[in-house]
Amino acid sequence: MYVYDQHDQKIIDERVAQFRDQTTRFLAGEITDGEFLPLRLQNGLYLQRLAPMLRIAVPYGLMNSSQLRKLADISRTYDKGYVHISTRQNVQLNWPLLEEVPDILAELSTVQMHAIQTSGNCIRNTTTDQFAGVASDELEDPRPYCEIIRQWSTLHPEFAFLPRKFKIAVCGSTQDRAAIHYHDIGIELVADDHGEIGLKILVGGGLGRTPAIGSVICEWLDKKHLLTYLEAVLRVYNQHGRRDNKYKARIKILVKAMGIDAFREAVEQQWTALKDGPSTLTEEEIIRARSFFRDPSYLALDNTLAMSELEQDCTRDPIFANWIKRNTQDHRLPGYRIVTLSLKATGFAPGDITAEQLELLADLSDLYSFGEIRSTHQQNMVLGDVQVSALYALWQRLQVAGLATPNIGYLTDIICCPGGDYCSLANAKSLPIAEAIQTRFDDLDYIYDLGPLELNISGCMNACGHHHVGQIGILGVDKKGQEFYQICLGGNQAKDASIGKILGPSFKQKDVPEVIDRILSTYVTLRQEDESFLDTYRRVGIHPFKERAYAQAD
Amino acid sequence: MRRLIKHGNIIDDTWQPIDPDCSVPEHGQICSLEQWQDLADKEGSAVQLEPGQEPTPLFDALEKIDLLVINFPVFTDGRGFSYARDAREHGYQGELRASGHFIRDQLTYLQRCGFDAFQMADDSDLNAALTSLRDFTEHYQAAIDQPLPLFRRRS
Repeated sequence: MYVYDQHDQKIIDERVAQFRDQTTRFLAGEITDGEFLPLRLQNGLYLQRLAPMLRIAVPYGLMNSSQLRKLADISRTYDKGYVHISTRQNVQLNWPLLEEVPDILAELSTVQMHAIQTSGNCIRNTTTDQFAGVASDELEDPRPYCEIIRQWSTLHPEFAFLPRKFKIAVCGSTQDRAAIHYHDIGIELVADDHGEIGLKILVGGGLGRTPAIGSVICEWLDKKHLLTYLEAVLRVYNQHGRRDNKYKARIKILVKAMGIDAFREAVEQQWTALKDGPSTLTEEEIIRARSFFRDPSYLALDNTLAMSELEQDCTRDPIFANWIKRNTQDHRLPGYRIVTLSLKATGFAPGDITAEQLELLADLSDLYSFGEIRSTHQQNMVLGDVQVSALYALWQRLQVAGLATPNIGYLTDIICCPGGDYCSLANAKSLPIAEAIQTRFDDLDYIYDLGPLELNISGCMNACGHHHVGQIGILGVDKKGQEFYQICLGGNQAKDASIGKILGPSFKQKDVPEVIDRILSTYVTLRQEDESFLDTYRRVGIHPFKERAYAQAD
Repeated sequence: MRRLIKHGNIIDDTWQPIDPDCSVPEHGQICSLEQWQDLADKEGSAVQLEPGQEPTPLFDALEKIDLLVINFPVFTDGRGFSYARDAREHGYQGELRASGHFIRDQLTYLQRCGFDAFQMADDSDLNAALTSLRDFTEHYQAAIDQPLPLFRRRS
């Protein structure tokens, strides 16, 4: 993974000193609340319902074991001994003290971490595929480009006071696991007719109040132009994005208003001035960025032998076999597998992980996965490089720690924001809904029979829980002071992206599990052979689901 | 006389502020964009841009302008950062002044975008503000103050 040199470290250290000074001045009454707001947000600090929330950046979801240990340590010293993995692959502390945030940032800087631009109207943490570098369907590792974007966007002087937040995601594989269609800018590594890999650029996607699928602004861009092109897009947005209404301020609204062709023309015009300038990437810089993501010291393994041993373990232990089937994936190299650790055990807030679990994960990553860990936008954790022969030992350790729930990609692997229990933006609670659904659907066989299914819950329109792109999405709404839940169906974040459609009037909290049950049984009744939920929905439309969901109790 | 920070020093302002009612501003007076466009002789002129007024109309006469003021009615409206960079990238060499309600914590970013003078609505403690100009000594990306990105300078 990327390693700081003295320049990177200096930038981070100077940022810590700057924020310490800002916090001191704020506490001394020298900075108003209004002035401090963007300053603290650009350092990931929210003042929440019960306590501040600090969002720590995890660039493109990659961490090493010492960073995990530091997070565990910080969560014990400054918080309540657990952290939360967000849908932007970041890590959140729910109970820090404002006065102590500069100390937390100073601690983070000792392990090359920070909280820069994890919130605010600026360029946010760049996200990518949690299986980058190890996926079997990868054209090229997207992480070097994520790191190049991270550096360019970090403390960018021109784009710190944009009309609204700005999110970039990069994907380098056949299957899109980074949801690039739902980002302000989505970047895909693609080959041209001669096989040369370049960048396809999408613009104007996003969730929130007005969900939109990104439009292609450039089919193929030479990699060396990455930063100048991004700069041109951002400059058009910074000058022309709406600032009169925060709900219409995202770039998607500007792209819609101008039309993609006119928007492209404006970008190209800006770009002519920037193209081939000093920000053009050099061959050496691309090589340098890639050098941090070279293969670790993999062993040449005999896959057949490893797999036959795994088979034996599986036959002996069906619970292990099930976990292998549900929570591990093919690695691009023989004898290795990718392991996803579920943070979705029933009874625990989705995405929460305790200090003890973090430390265990750090140890296990050192033992089994070259000391690296990934966070996912589905709020789980990944060990990317586990030898097949080590899976059984790993699984036993995970079982004991409650990290082996075999539900990755299934109904109970719920994406969920912290909601009204923590967040001051929320209209409704989301955690109790997740728990009620996980509790009601506790029959694993039924869940597996339903097949891969994404159920996403957001506590408000800001859509941190990505409800629009869940095949089943749940949105908390406020009706005259009462919490209600709107349900949408048919969302999808893959390359054939689609936005969920609202089923109808919203439901009371207590009725949500029953409604979900009816939706699922409608699918089970209507599905043909091994059709997925999404396929059935796309074939039959929303009406059969609607009819059943709103039918009077039998 | 109002004070401002210019090239890292606190100085008195020698320019007269905009007079919106004036049809032909005198030399030494800052013009609104409309007034400036009507000026017969633009040599040694001063012009102030507001959010929504891009610097494009100035590009043909940049070498005649002595002072370009970019106003920030609210500090959260960041359009002026792009205007400044755009003007500098098109070759503007004169004084580039930020005015209005920006805050001292924005000074490094403003400076990086090409501003060399800062007239803050609250000028009660310009000495303290000066320290904010030195918040960062290293930067990743290219800007006006450092035209080379870090990746072309790393050693």
